[in-house]
Amino acid sequence: MDILAAMTADQLRTDLPDFGPGDNVDVHIRVVEGDKERIQLFKGLCIQRRGSGINETFTVRKISGGVGVERIFPLHSPQIAKIERTRAGKVRRAKLFYIRNLKGKAARIEEKM
Amino acid sequence: MRGLLGKKIGMTRVFNEAGLPVCATVIEAGPCKVVQVKTEDKDGYNAVQLGFLEQMEKRTTKPLIGHFKKAGLSPQRILKEFRDFEGEVKQGDDVSVQIFSAGERVKVTGISKGKGFTGVIKRHHFRGGPKTHGQSDRHRAPGSIGQSAYPKRVFKGVRMAGRSGVDRVTIRHMRVLKVIPEKNLIFVEGAVPGARNGLLEIRA
Repeated sequence: MDILAAMTADQLRTDLPDFGPGDNVDVHIRVVEGDKERIQLFKGLCIQRRGSGINETFTVRKISGGVGVERIFPLHSPQIAKIERTRAGKVRRAKLFYIRNLKGKAARIEEKM
Repeated sequence: MRGLLGKKIGMTRVFNEAGLPVCATVIEAGPCKVVQVKTEDKDGYNAVQLGFLEQMEKRTTKPLIGHFKKAGLSPQRILKEFRDFEGEVKQGDDVSVQIFSAGERVKVTGISKGKGFTGVIKRHHFRGGPKTHGQSDRHRAPGSIGQSAYPKRVFKGVRMAGRSGVDRVTIRHMRVLKVIPEKNLIFVEGAVPGARNGLLEIRA
C-alpha cells in the first residue's frame, strides 16, 4: 500500500482550503468546450467527504429550480480550478444525508462562529 | 515479442491530460535476469528464459542450482520463457521495465482469484430463471442439461456449477499509462487478474 501512496503523492493538491461537511462551498470547475476553456461555478453545501489520498472525494448539494442536485468531485482533480469556503457550518455528523429529506427552514445549518 | 515478469501492487487512480480520473493497476515488474537464451539451432525454437525474485539456495534443487550457475546468477524463484524475444539479450543480462513505454498496448497474464464452488450464473454467466410468474427455486437454476431418450446421457463438458476462478487469464490491449524505471513500476489502465502480490506476465 505504501508504494501506491508514494506513487500518487505528486498528484495530490496542496492548494485547496480546509473544508468539510456543513460548509458552503463554491467549486470552480474548468470546462473545455472545443478549444476554449471556461470556469463553471457549482455553489452548494458540502454534505460528505470520503476516501483518502488520491481517492478522496466530496459531495456538494444545492437546490436548483426546486430540485435537489448533488455532484461528487474527486478532491484532487485538476478539473477543479478553485474551491472557496463561503460559510462554515456547525454540524454534529460527518455525513449530512439527512438534509435530503428536509426542505426550507428545516434544511438550514447553523453557522459556526 | 517483449516480455517481463511482475507482481501486482494494487489499484489506484491517475488523472489524465484532460483532468479526468483513470483507474490504474500498479505492477512492480522486473528487473528480470536472463537465465538462458534458446536458439533455433540448438533448442529447435527461439526463446528467452527469464528469472524473477531471488530465492535462498537451500530452497533450490541441485539441478536448478547448476542451471543458474551456468548463467552466473543466484537462484531465482520464478522461471518463465518468452518466445521470440525482441532485442539483443545475453545470458546473465538484466531486463527492466524500460522495454515498455507509456501509451503502448500490452497483454497482461495472471492467475485469477479463486471463487470457490459457485453456481452457473457466476461461473458461466447463465441468465437464471424468471423472477416472477410463480417460480419457486428456479431463480438461479441452470435449466436443461440435455435431451431425453436419445442420447440418454449428459454430454461431457456441459457447463455446470463447480469450482471457479484460479484460471490463467490474459487481458489484451491494456494501455500503459506510466513507466517509472527507478522503482521498476509500470501503470496499466484497468484491472488485472489475481490478488495483490500475484505473479503477472506482461507481453507486448
